Amino acid sequence: MSAELMGSFALAVLGGALRVGVPFLFVSLGECLTEKAGRINLGLEGVLVLSAMAAFGGAYLSGSPWLGVAAGASAGALLALLHGLLCSLPRVNDVATGIALMILGSGLAFFLGKPLIQPQAPQLTPLDLGSWSDSQLVQAALQLNPLLPLGLVLAVLLATGFTRTRWGLLVRLAGDSAQATRALGYSVHGLRLAATTAGGAIAGLGGASLTLFYPGSWSEGVSSGQGLVAVALVIFARWSPLRCVAASLLFGGAGAVGPALQSIGISAGYHLFSAVPFALTLAVLVVTCRPGSVAQGSPGELSARS
Amino acid sequence: MRAHLEAVLLPLAALVLSLLLFGLFVWLGGTSPVETWKLLFLGAFGDAYSLQNTLVRAAPLMLTALCVALPARAGLVIIGGEGAVVLGGLAAAALPYVLPVPASAMGSVLVCLAGGVAGALWISLAGVLRQYRGVNETIASLLLAYTAIALFKHLVEGPLRDPATLNKPSTRALAEGLRIGSLGGSDVHWGLVVGMLACVALGVWLAVTPRGFALRVVGGNLRAAQLVGLPASGLIVLACALGGACAGLAGAIEVAAVHTNANASLIAGYGYTGILVSFIARHQPLSIVPVAILFGGFGAAGSLLQRRLDLPDASVLVLQGIAFVIILASEALRGLDWRRATAPWRWSPPAKPVPLGPGDKQA
Repeated sequence: MSAELMGSFALAVLGGALRVGVPFLFVSLGECLTEKAGRINLGLEGVLVLSAMAAFGGAYLSGSPWLGVAAGASAGALLALLHGLLCSLPRVNDVATGIALMILGSGLAFFLGKPLIQPQAPQLTPLDLGSWSDSQLVQAALQLNPLLPLGLVLAVLLATGFTRTRWGLLVRLAGDSAQATRALGYSVHGLRLAATTAGGAIAGLGGASLTLFYPGSWSEGVSSGQGLVAVALVIFARWSPLRCVAASLLFGGAGAVGPALQSIGISAGYHLFSAVPFALTLAVLVVTCRPGSVAQGSPGELSARS
Repeated sequence: MRAHLEAVLLPLAALVLSLLLFGLFVWLGGTSPVETWKLLFLGAFGDAYSLQNTLVRAAPLMLTALCVALPARAGLVIIGGEGAVVLGGLAAAALPYVLPVPASAMGSVLVCLAGGVAGALWISLAGVLRQYRGVNETIASLLLAYTAIALFKHLVEGPLRDPATLNKPSTRALAEGLRIGSLGGSDVHWGLVVGMLACVALGVWLAVTPRGFALRVVGGNLRAAQLVGLPASGLIVLACALGGACAGLAGAIEVAAVHTNANASLIAGYGYTGILVSFIARHQPLSIVPVAILFGGFGAAGSLLQRRLDLPDASVLVLQGIAFVIILASEALRGLDWRRATAPWRWSPPAKPVPLGPGDKQA
């Protein structure tokens, strides 16, 4: 491979990481917030698909992509609220509920999104950070998703919030010891419900960036398990919002290898490269998990600790 | 007695409520709910044709539900059955590429075995990773499923592709003699018998054999199982392998009886619907049979809803999602003390004052 080809491949991977990583970032931040409060929400995959549809529909009907983003976040919050309410019932398991919401969320999205497959919705305008360069490749790689800065700000806010604010400490309290929370007179269910709903809204932003930026259209295959990979990413990031940013970009890059190879003319094994994020997640889990011990930074009340 | 009654009535009530909610959902979209319910029933059990369609769909569901139920009885939530289905189908279609399989009933058995082994290996990988590496089996099995689907697409569209298939990449078709025939001139194939037999056999195995009992102890109370010296890890991996073998067998039968070769139609979501079937059957292999037939029926009715009422094909998925949510929520009512729960709304006579005895202290 020549140096020039290598350069354009690296640029394509970088650009892909910045594009593909954004949904990972939002879903992992949402899951991080949910798990910090002591619940696991596997239904974020359903949240991602439903909010992607809602965002596209919102933007299409209102003509404004930002209203679409708001619609996506609200749809995500609603579905996550359902998860939170169901899990507050006695003897209802949060992992099983998550699987149910995965099915319900995709079903609702495919049902309601049927008329949205053909039309084009107004897209978010990209931030051109590459205009200093003459190279078209650099310009294309640095066309940033306008939601990316929002995600970075959210990550910083969450990270400082968890350590420095009253609300952040309460969420962590509910996640680490339900008994201590009750002893201090706070409602465990209420705190977890709030964290799950807020987490769903954040994950909904990821859905919005799928249909309103990249790939930028609504289809039934818009998310192929990104929501689920993001749930595993939180374990990899050891429940730290800032490490979630790094992990998301890494996995975005892994997901971009296939298309990047295609862009320089190598299309063999395309399907295998599409599986790289999943295989990589699994490898990371195998390396980071230890049998019989609890992962560092894991909330004490989490039911499905890995 | 009460527990038995509850085990049947609660899921039934939950299913009825889900159908009502689904009716409300389509009614909001401007479709008549009564018409929808009627078509759901007609499309599933209305005539001989739909009944056959239902049973053909129920056969793989029984096997994929077992892939959730057996690990669940050992205490694991495995949801990656779809991966075992596609790999099982792929192994069945690929066996004649590497081995000269006799084109006879013997050959059919070999092809199905290949599928079962592939599925067993794939799902037991999730069990091994959990027992020996501490990886969450739910996430691992789903990641494995996505990986399996990618592997399937790569092999079917690449090395194993029959060059004659242009529009829809497929493997070479199985020889006529290897295919699984239908039951007495109907559309229903032997896979239904295999599925029912598997449910009955594994149900009996869990209920009466020592190893089945040991498996249930491991799932019920891992600490107790370890204290009495049961090989917990081995039993858990065994449960995963058996479940995976069932799902792999489902894929192999789909290939040998329905599609004749492995192609993308195999990725039809049987693995995911199996999760729902197993949860509604409360992970009881014997209950899986009727529940699988019911959900096979909903699947069969889906195309009728699409044709007659112009509902999207995802309406069955919505119904499944609603049913799953309601079934899980109904768990909260299990073992509820109805007398106490309804006491505030029932009229009861005021309590009679009881005079204090000499031994009682006044509070």
